[in-house]
Amino acid sequence: MGLLSDPNRRRALISLLTRLNAPICVVCYMAGVAWFMGLAFEPFTLRTYMSENAMGSTMVEERFPAGERALGTGREFSAHKKKAGGMPVDWLVKTMQSRGLEVFTQRFSRRLPFPDEDKERYMVKGTNVYGILRAPRAPRTEALVLSAPCSPGDDNNQAVGVLLGLAQYFRNQVFWAKDIIFLVNEHDLIGMQAWLEGYHHTNTTGMDWSPLQGRGGSIQAALSLELSSDVVTSLDLVLEGLNGQLPNLDLANLFYAFCQKIGVLCTTQGKLQRNDWDSVSGYSHAVQTMMLMVMKQASGRPWGDHGLFLRYHIEAATIKGINSFRQYKTDATTIGRLLEGMYRKLNNLLERLHQSYFFYLMPSLSHFVSIGYYMPAFGLLALILLLRALDLWIQLATPPPGVLSVLTPLVISHLTGVALYTLPIHFQEIAVEHFPVSETEAVVLTAIAVYTAGLALPHNTHRLLTGRGTENGWKVLKLVAVLYLAVLLGCTALINFSLGFILALTLVPVAAFVTPDLCSATPACTLLFSVFLFQELQEMPVSFLDGWMLYLSVISQGILDHALYGSLVYPLVALLVYPCWLLFWNILFWK
Amino acid sequence: MAAHRCSLSALLLIICSLLVFIVADSEKATLTGDHHATAVDNLQTVTETEEGAAAEEPAVEEERRWEETVVEEATADKEDTSAPETVVQSSVPQPKDDFQEELVIRPLHSGDIYASFQFRTLWETDFMRGNKVSHYRLFPKSLGQVISKFSVRELHISFTQGYWRTMQWGQPFLPSPPGAELWVWFQDSVTDVDGTWKELTNVLSGIFCASLNFIDSTNTVQPSASFKPLGIGNVTDHRFLRYATLPREIVCTENLTPWKKLLPCGSKAGLAVLLKSEKLFHSSFHSQAVHIRPVCQDWQCKTTSWELRQTLNVVFDLHTPGQGKLEWSLFKMFSRTLTEACPLASSSKIYIDITDDPQGEQFEVSPATHLLSQAMVLGDRRTFSVYDLTQQITFGTVRSLNLLIRWKSSEGDMLRPLLHAERYVAGYGLQTGEIHTLMYNNHPYRSFPVLLLDSVPWYLRLYIHTLTVTSKGKDNKPSYIHYQPSKDRVRPHLLEMLVQLPPNSVTEVTVQFERALLKWTEYTPDPNHGFYVGSSVISSLVPSIVAMDTNSTREQPLFSSFFPCKEESSYFMRVYTEPLLVNLPTPDFSMPYNVICLTCTVVAVGYGSLYNLLTRSFQIEEPSPGLAKRIANIIRKMRGVPPL
Repeated sequence: MGLLSDPNRRRALISLLTRLNAPICVVCYMAGVAWFMGLAFEPFTLRTYMSENAMGSTMVEERFPAGERALGTGREFSAHKKKAGGMPVDWLVKTMQSRGLEVFTQRFSRRLPFPDEDKERYMVKGTNVYGILRAPRAPRTEALVLSAPCSPGDDNNQAVGVLLGLAQYFRNQVFWAKDIIFLVNEHDLIGMQAWLEGYHHTNTTGMDWSPLQGRGGSIQAALSLELSSDVVTSLDLVLEGLNGQLPNLDLANLFYAFCQKIGVLCTTQGKLQRNDWDSVSGYSHAVQTMMLMVMKQASGRPWGDHGLFLRYHIEAATIKGINSFRQYKTDATTIGRLLEGMYRKLNNLLERLHQSYFFYLMPSLSHFVSIGYYMPAFGLLALILLLRALDLWIQLATPPPGVLSVLTPLVISHLTGVALYTLPIHFQEIAVEHFPVSETEAVVLTAIAVYTAGLALPHNTHRLLTGRGTENGWKVLKLVAVLYLAVLLGCTALINFSLGFILALTLVPVAAFVTPDLCSATPACTLLFSVFLFQELQEMPVSFLDGWMLYLSVISQGILDHALYGSLVYPLVALLVYPCWLLFWNILFWK
Repeated sequence: MAAHRCSLSALLLIICSLLVFIVADSEKATLTGDHHATAVDNLQTVTETEEGAAAEEPAVEEERRWEETVVEEATADKEDTSAPETVVQSSVPQPKDDFQEELVIRPLHSGDIYASFQFRTLWETDFMRGNKVSHYRLFPKSLGQVISKFSVRELHISFTQGYWRTMQWGQPFLPSPPGAELWVWFQDSVTDVDGTWKELTNVLSGIFCASLNFIDSTNTVQPSASFKPLGIGNVTDHRFLRYATLPREIVCTENLTPWKKLLPCGSKAGLAVLLKSEKLFHSSFHSQAVHIRPVCQDWQCKTTSWELRQTLNVVFDLHTPGQGKLEWSLFKMFSRTLTEACPLASSSKIYIDITDDPQGEQFEVSPATHLLSQAMVLGDRRTFSVYDLTQQITFGTVRSLNLLIRWKSSEGDMLRPLLHAERYVAGYGLQTGEIHTLMYNNHPYRSFPVLLLDSVPWYLRLYIHTLTVTSKGKDNKPSYIHYQPSKDRVRPHLLEMLVQLPPNSVTEVTVQFERALLKWTEYTPDPNHGFYVGSSVISSLVPSIVAMDTNSTREQPLFSSFFPCKEESSYFMRVYTEPLLVNLPTPDFSMPYNVICLTCTVVAVGYGSLYNLLTRSFQIEEPSPGLAKRIANIIRKMRGVPPL
């Protein structure tokens, strides 16, 4: 800081920063992107390791024998499901009771704000069934959860079978120290949301549910199981939860350790890990895996039933059985043994999982990037905004900047944001009456209409601006907007790094170099670009038209996620990012 | 001196011979008077219902007692007491202390087996009169000394591992919360109750090998209504009561061994041979307790005696899926069989609850017995098969008793318990939360009041203004609330309420709390495990299901008589909820080193210079003038010309 207290050197430094501002910004941007891409390079990442002592050194032996019987139960479940045309509640209650569990049910109902066309549901009514295996001589203070969603159609019957098989096997073991809750939830995430809200007696989303009768104390960890075939080739671990929350890394480590021990192929983001990190294809494979994780995390939606547990500080993950065309096959017994091993280790936990990282990215299941390594990439991008702000401040330093003149565009753009947030759902009925569209389309199209209407605003609001047309006017506006964006992105990146980074990647260059003559990208473009990139990464490239449809459905899903589970991405974009970006749009149309 | 004593004893002998007849008379009165039951009409004033189990075979009983007193006579001379009553006893032997043991086995509807041991030692003595008691026979000396040293009037201590599942198992004979529970009534002569309590907990900690020394002012409360004396005496000033629970206490063999050593026969003979830890701790529920209280010796309550009850309750999990034939035996449960009663015991019995199966349809018991007994237990009339271990015929030709029950069918539903409760923490996040206590009244048409006692540690800061009590969707105003706010690091919250539970309803009590941020030395070694909040206690007089019992002369076993009843139509019941595990905001304890390094660096490097930058204004200083210029300036100053 001695550098700054010397006026001569300070002047020199400032002149350097202002003179070389643009090149420095470009270098920062390149460095940020390069740093981020470097994260997937294996020598730069850390190997995962088990931090939790209670799970690390203790040995457990997996003896689950009854995989075939579990599959038989699954088929029985499927038959009863077909007969009942939904969740076979009575059969499940009876079966769980006969396995020695305390069984309870919970009814719930939820009217969606508008019909969900992806899953074809509007009025959702269902029943969750759960059985509690009481640990002997335990005072009902701690519990573990194993859940399997009961989805319509022929999906996931095997998961319920394995769950019931494990329940039966676990009941006869004596070593349990925590209650184990076996939950079969209907309507996947909505049922899970109802159950969790009932368990914790909260109501964040306005759902109707009947209160739970039996509880097992504070839940320490949860796994959700998805299996749709009798044999699987690999198991996929899904970690990304609501609002980009991740479970403690030790849960992933536990899964990986048991896959290695039992000899099951395991993947994350559906990608196997490869050993040829030094080849180009190996590196791009790691980049793909990591980018997929970043995209999924940025979306802020729960990518499995586990995602909703994270809000309650319960470490949870989803294990998905994948049956592809690989040679290697794994049967239900092995999966049962894997789960048994994981539960026995979780049962040994003395404290909640807290030793390992909560903020990480995974380029492969055996390697991770911790927050200390990936934050600089974002920091470099955010630095650009600060440098631009400094540059503008110095340019404005001599004449008195009329800061109050910025207030009008700020207020107007935020009002537009509020409109974008509230109008789509409230105006769907009017839209359906007057236009030949369905409710879902109405919502999405209203959103897009409000969005584009917002773009036209600068033309109309100019009359209200006092400093219109002047050189300093837009500079003041830009200074405020740049600082606003820097704070906004900084906070977002702390909560959800991926979202912050993707927004920064697209908005920062535009924000940095926008002047009244240059054109710019928009958050909507970011989303569109992300949709295509995501499909590309999943190796399912789509045509433009399909992409557009996907884009529309992503918008509707985003709004639904907010209404159903309390995902914060939609309000964040509508109430903060979009108004902030409108300020830049104002600059563009300054003259 | 010796001569003086001789003449004194001669005199006393004469008096004694005169008194023999009178004493013999009064003893008869004692034996018959045992049947008398006293009852008091207040819910809060719990009194004693004392039944003697002696009436079954009075002849045998009497003989045994006489034998015992002969032993006592030999030793009585050593006691240097001049109280006439002692002398009376030494010449005319009278049962001064008495030991009974019994085991109740109840097959539960869930397919589990509930075994409840009770050992009762009665001793007619007075600990309070100048610490003179130094000779102990059946009563354990360690506890006797505790009673006299700390002027204890009543002491109840229980160690429990597991939670009693009321909905599956019905009511236990003696309820107890998970972990350790201790409540003590002191004599009203005690001046420094807190100091005595502190010492007492430390002594008990040593006696029972438990962490009772962790009981301090932060987890001790003085309930005003929930815990009334169970023995005789009418002092109900709660200044002399202390109640504390340690929900985290783990109970294991090191607690069982000292508990067994308190028994007159140890674990050498009698029912106690069954108490082998490898089996007792391979169960679904384990609870052991010690209750000491003064009780009446005769129906006029002229003399009082001390009662020590040691109880041990255990539930065995017999779940074996896929097997049609369920059976259990003493050997299967305890890996021991019985060969004899405790020779010191005046009564030693095994009761098997066959109420649910009067015709032998559901299960059969072998060896069969024809002795049946009926008792009112917890508002229900139960029928028991009785095995008297003091009779050789019980053991048969093989000289060992291995009771066996074979299930024939597992049908039949349990009556829902009339009162049960549960509790949980609602909400998410580490700032606030809400404690929900649900109390279920399953009685179809009668409402009854319950006393709810909540003791919450200070680090959960209760917002008492958010307290709501609702039943059937309506506000239910408690008729009595006793609330003592917590003081940080000094005492816990105490909340007692008298709530009327409407019939067939759920009453929900909610109160919000804020989680306090502890000082860093106050965290436990495993802070991320969470912090425990002890069980709520719900005490109530519950209306009985069965009709009033008019046949009061029928003998009743011990276990039916612990909690006295206001009237036969309702019975006293205490229900404990599950303890809570609450997470508090916890710093990352692996980080302090990093944090200290980082903050020190930031403060040292950043703060000072940034502060400089922000507060000072900087100007370019002229380079200092040369020597010639300075001299020139001085000269110019002297001339009055402005300097260069």
